[in-house]
Amino acid sequence: MSILIKGGRVIDPANKIDAVFDILIENNKISKVAKNIQTKVETIIDAKGKIVAPGIIDMHVHLREPGREDKETIASGTAAAAKSGVTTVLAMPNTHPAMDCPKSIELLQKIINKDAKVEVLICGAITKGRLGQELTDIAVLKKSGVYAISDDGSSVDNDDLMLEALKKAKQAKVLTICHCEDKKISGKGVINLGFNSTRLGLRGISNESEYKRVKRDIELAEKAGASVHIAHVSCRESVEIIAKAKKKGIKVTAETAPHYFALSEDDIVDYDTNMKINPPLRAKEDVAAIKAGLKDGTIDTIASDHAPHTENEKDIEFDRAEFGKIGLESGLAVSIMELIDKKILSWPELIEKLAVNPAKILGIDKGSLSVGASADIIIVDVEREFILEKKSIVSKSKNSPFIGKKVKGLVEYTIYNGEIVYKS
Amino acid sequence: MAWTKKDLLGLEYLTQEEIELILDTAESFKEVSTREIKKVPALRGKTAVNLFYEPSTRTRVSFEVAAKRLSADVINIATETSSVRKGETLIDTGKNIQALKADIIIMRHNYSGAANMLARALDISVVNAGDGWHEHPTQALLDIFTLKEKLGKIKGLNVAIVGDIAHSRVARSNIWGLTKLGANVTLCAPEMLIPVGIELTGAKTSSNIDEVLKKADAVNVLRMQFERDEGAAFPEQLDYFKKFGITEERLAKAKKDIVVMHPGPINRGIEMSSEVADGANSVILEQVTNGIAVRMAVLFLVSQAKEAKK
Repeated sequence: MSILIKGGRVIDPANKIDAVFDILIENNKISKVAKNIQTKVETIIDAKGKIVAPGIIDMHVHLREPGREDKETIASGTAAAAKSGVTTVLAMPNTHPAMDCPKSIELLQKIINKDAKVEVLICGAITKGRLGQELTDIAVLKKSGVYAISDDGSSVDNDDLMLEALKKAKQAKVLTICHCEDKKISGKGVINLGFNSTRLGLRGISNESEYKRVKRDIELAEKAGASVHIAHVSCRESVEIIAKAKKKGIKVTAETAPHYFALSEDDIVDYDTNMKINPPLRAKEDVAAIKAGLKDGTIDTIASDHAPHTENEKDIEFDRAEFGKIGLESGLAVSIMELIDKKILSWPELIEKLAVNPAKILGIDKGSLSVGASADIIIVDVEREFILEKKSIVSKSKNSPFIGKKVKGLVEYTIYNGEIVYKS
Repeated sequence: MAWTKKDLLGLEYLTQEEIELILDTAESFKEVSTREIKKVPALRGKTAVNLFYEPSTRTRVSFEVAAKRLSADVINIATETSSVRKGETLIDTGKNIQALKADIIIMRHNYSGAANMLARALDISVVNAGDGWHEHPTQALLDIFTLKEKLGKIKGLNVAIVGDIAHSRVARSNIWGLTKLGANVTLCAPEMLIPVGIELTGAKTSSNIDEVLKKADAVNVLRMQFERDEGAAFPEQLDYFKKFGITEERLAKAKKDIVVMHPGPINRGIEMSSEVADGANSVILEQVTNGIAVRMAVLFLVSQAKEAKK
């Protein structure tokens, strides 16, 4: 199949391009980026007035399969990704079974080969069953094809075990992703500790429960000489700790999620369980620090932490509801509104966060529009406003705090591996 | 002004005028309980359901008496006898009660926000009879009603609330109600029982009970719940009584006509001495009596709002 994308504003920070160009796709690859390409193709896409960029790489997605196909499947989750301009996801290992051995990984890989509409990379578990007790065979997981390891949803509490994991990960040349939470501090908390938890009569989760663990994991990574990636950074102290570590030359990278710069604890007005997220929506000062961290480069990437849950798990008392929200289908639009429109990031900077940097962190040959690269491309009508409606959500679960909100930036085309996988 | 809300979920959500309307309405209903035949037909043909997920005798009975004095039919559902144990969700339970054509659900629940959630899901009225640590609006309304009856006003009064503020829905509702009506509220408790950011409500905090009592026109003493599962954060009972217990010695240094309130049930000798509980300044039993009038007012007003909507 050959596709010619004509006249769009091509933003390709990896090649320092931000100009109007045509892009020719042949044999699943980008074959030419130039002005006024004249050639015979099967499909011509008029991208005039639109942004053309590398496909989004989302490092933090819960696809729930195998085990919780009622929440999401590889098919539904990757359809949601395709609709949202996401061409690569890193699937978190907290499935049932957990991704802690080659057998489970093979099982998942088979489902991916059969059902995935975009690239799904597998993240393996750090400990067996994600129980924090016994390490998985990290070298074997790497051979089975994992791109990173994480016990996401939990942190490995035992310092020695975590250090050992980082050492093994370094040997196996695999990235360690840390969910930073000290459960001894966060306890039974359900929202950020502060006036809102007091007002609503809910147990609070302090910033301390996150940043103390960020500090520990960075210290252990330094000791092991390993690379470490901090997942879903939500509070100001974490941003400071990561900035300091980067200055010191420690191999640390970090992600945040759109809800941590678009929403704050003040938005939890009436016990909306779609705002119950872990780590929790934080205070205004934290939101400002997250935005500053994105701007100054402390935070490398934006990942959705897409966490689908059924209505049965959300439409109940706040304390009993599951933590998490879906995020694939709102991520780009919310980022445009909060970061581009509010002049926190330029377009090339946003594409760096969404595509260039996650590719670098994961060590994959993606995130650019270089000639010869796999044709993962999105075309976005950035001025197009729309209301995020529940009925238009492709994900199996509908737990989005942005439902009913007016957002901006509609994905018109998603091209993955040279094929149009989504067209609005 | 007319009442427009179908639910009563908390005093945080009410304006000063709405709170005053409840108090005024309660005033006119108070007389009903002094009649030979203690009944008015205001809610005749209406059904009120007491849905209690937490053990409670006094609040449930008070609501039941209030509803019956308004001629409503009252159904009591306690969790032990309901399908809740079979795993039915709160919203399903609520929808079933609504399908029985009940008009008002009066709910006590152990989780904060449960009443808000139920009210959102239903068309019928929901009256919050206490949800987790969040609010207990009718308790605060009857406290305020009693205070106003005793001292003639609320504006400008110095009201102390003493005890476990952090885990108290009674405290939260009182803080919202009193501050909206212009009282100066001081919360007095060991530091660990003062919740984060509470001063943003307009209330002040202190850990010196004697200083607080000196200035107080009224003191509302909360029940200390040492049985709660909140770890080691709680002070020892005896130590608490020594430092914060309301005793005759302490009251001797307070204003002579200080009003002493307690939402009950009292732990005699823990948060308050028996002498104080039964003493001349105590209005504890009057609070119980006023609870009926206040709850009659609330049930009447929320059902009026529903009528207006039709």
